Amino acid sequence: MMWEPKYESMDRAQLAQLQLERLQSTLTRVARNVPYYRKTFGQLGIDPDDFRSLDDLARLPFTTKSVLRDAYPYGFFAVPLREVLRLHASSGTTGKATVVGYTAGDLKKWGALTARILTAGGVTREDVVQIAFNFGLFTGGFGFLQGAEALGAALVPASSGNTRRQVAIMQDFKTSVLVCTPSYALYLAQTMEEMDVNANALSLRHGLFGAECWSETARAQIEDRLKLTATDNYGISEVMGPGVAGECLEKNGLHLNEDHFLAEVIDPATGEPVPDGEVGELVITTLTKEAFPLIRFRTGDLTRILPGACPCGRTLKRMERVRGRVDDMLIIRGVNVFPSQIEAVLLDIEGTTPQWRVVLERERGLDKATVELEVAEKFVFDRIADQQKFLESARKRLASELGVGFEVRMTEPGALAPSEDGKTRRVLDKRGEA
Amino acid sequence: MLTLTNLDISYGKIQAVRRASLHVDAGEIVALIGANGAGKTTLLTAISGLLRPSAGTVSFDGQDITKAAPDKIVRLGLSHVPERRLVFKPLSVTDNLLLGSYTRRGRVPRAELDRDLESVYAMFPVLRERSGQPAGTLSGGEQQMLAIGRALMAGPKMLLLDEPGMGLAPTVCRDIFKRVTELRDERGLTVLLVEQNAKSALAVADRGYVLETGRVILQGQSSELLANRDVQRAYLGRDKSQEES
Repeated sequence: MMWEPKYESMDRAQLAQLQLERLQSTLTRVARNVPYYRKTFGQLGIDPDDFRSLDDLARLPFTTKSVLRDAYPYGFFAVPLREVLRLHASSGTTGKATVVGYTAGDLKKWGALTARILTAGGVTREDVVQIAFNFGLFTGGFGFLQGAEALGAALVPASSGNTRRQVAIMQDFKTSVLVCTPSYALYLAQTMEEMDVNANALSLRHGLFGAECWSETARAQIEDRLKLTATDNYGISEVMGPGVAGECLEKNGLHLNEDHFLAEVIDPATGEPVPDGEVGELVITTLTKEAFPLIRFRTGDLTRILPGACPCGRTLKRMERVRGRVDDMLIIRGVNVFPSQIEAVLLDIEGTTPQWRVVLERERGLDKATVELEVAEKFVFDRIADQQKFLESARKRLASELGVGFEVRMTEPGALAPSEDGKTRRVLDKRGEA
Repeated sequence: MLTLTNLDISYGKIQAVRRASLHVDAGEIVALIGANGAGKTTLLTAISGLLRPSAGTVSFDGQDITKAAPDKIVRLGLSHVPERRLVFKPLSVTDNLLLGSYTRRGRVPRAELDRDLESVYAMFPVLRERSGQPAGTLSGGEQQMLAIGRALMAGPKMLLLDEPGMGLAPTVCRDIFKRVTELRDERGLTVLLVEQNAKSALAVADRGYVLETGRVILQGQSSELLANRDVQRAYLGRDKSQEES
């Protein structure tokens, strides 16, 4: 099922013409209305009128998070504030927040795009959709709310936190679709087990998970423990929020909504585009946004464009699930490691929970990496020897699969629970501390 | 059905249209709106081959027509209804209509032309009533119907309509726009409509492009453009927030 088949299965040549038309008018508008682009284009001698092909995109400068932060709060808006109906802000995980505005037209398109993602993930108007994303400045909650409304599904804005109550709502409201972060989905599963709630007795059918990196192992666990079909979706608050890309039920990568977003993958070190299929940093140019258009925004997310057509009939290109963030990549004794890889290994070990983090320290000039993890309550070690055996096997698995040694330590249950917005801080890097 | 890519059009040193890209899908009504002098008529004139663009391409029904002669473009199925109607005033209504089939003469049987003439009369009964009168004696609205009827006599797949409502009383104007919708719904015609009256045009169009000083600055579904405050302020003659204050 497609929400907007005209665009989702559009002929590629027609799509290219549509993208060119939209990009040209976006460039004309940002050059007129956004001081940063007017100045930068002027300095670089770029005349938007000379822009005649999508290939010309590579001549345009990047927009970085730091440039957006410097323009805090409204410096990047392309319309006067009185035309803005909604303000959201990035979570500021990696610095000061960025304020993003939406016009009436932007909100309408956003609803249609998240309706596309929901439809691709199997949701219909018959569903009861429980959104366990925070409803606030964060884009997740409201983004999907508009999509569910456009679709005509029954929406439960459960928001984040109060996990036992979420489980009770799922039971009583007969929730059929769960929308949240993958780590929160696993936390919900764990809570359900603690409450002795049988997932088979719930009405869950589909789950749409995003806003975090996760692994195929995590997907298998979520599907098994919550008894639903789990799809991945991608959004980034500076660009819009959820609705940028999402998996269909083929679960083979996320279809990019290319009629609204032009995606490039670049080498994060050189800024040069990499060929399709190679991993690099995702760069997005908005094609239809009115209040907050962005040219070549560096998302900081690492992915690649997947080759081949999708059996679902969508012609929109697919990107692989995000592997990690350019700035999250850990270099431990010279080896590149992503938190998502650590998670994939941990979740594969019996008795672990989704609650873990890695602590990086420096000891006598050498990096020391320690994984702290919680174990399931039912998996209690009566004997020290069993515990030692468990930790040793975790150490071995991490070392053999990631190519670098980790200390592994257990923490008290609850110490590493997700924070209020449902996101879990996976990395504590103390190497910079004296 | 019609695709324009990076069209530049100049009158001598004055560049009237810059890097315009737009498309019209089969069966769509698309409006091109913008202020006087924005380049709308220039763009239509270049599509129908009467002006040669200095750069860019125009393709129609899968063929590149950028350098095609106007009569060939008409034969391919693209008919232009010019601004201010430009009917042949001393000639009768019937003769005006038959002139519209000029490019088909000798290529299609006479019976087919008669059938087309009959269908134009069926669509605009007032033209049948006035069939023997000189076109110059018709009212503005009737002349507009005649101009559209004349374009239909070329057996087009697509119509380029330049300011069909210009100088007409509001009720007549509404009737003309209703006819435009009928052309699409009943005859399957594709329409590119140029209008200064953005509200009437967007009311009948599926999508629209906003042209400003020769550049496309906005585009989208008609409902999106009608809701856009820039469009409201510049072309719909109102700004709700100011009305309220």
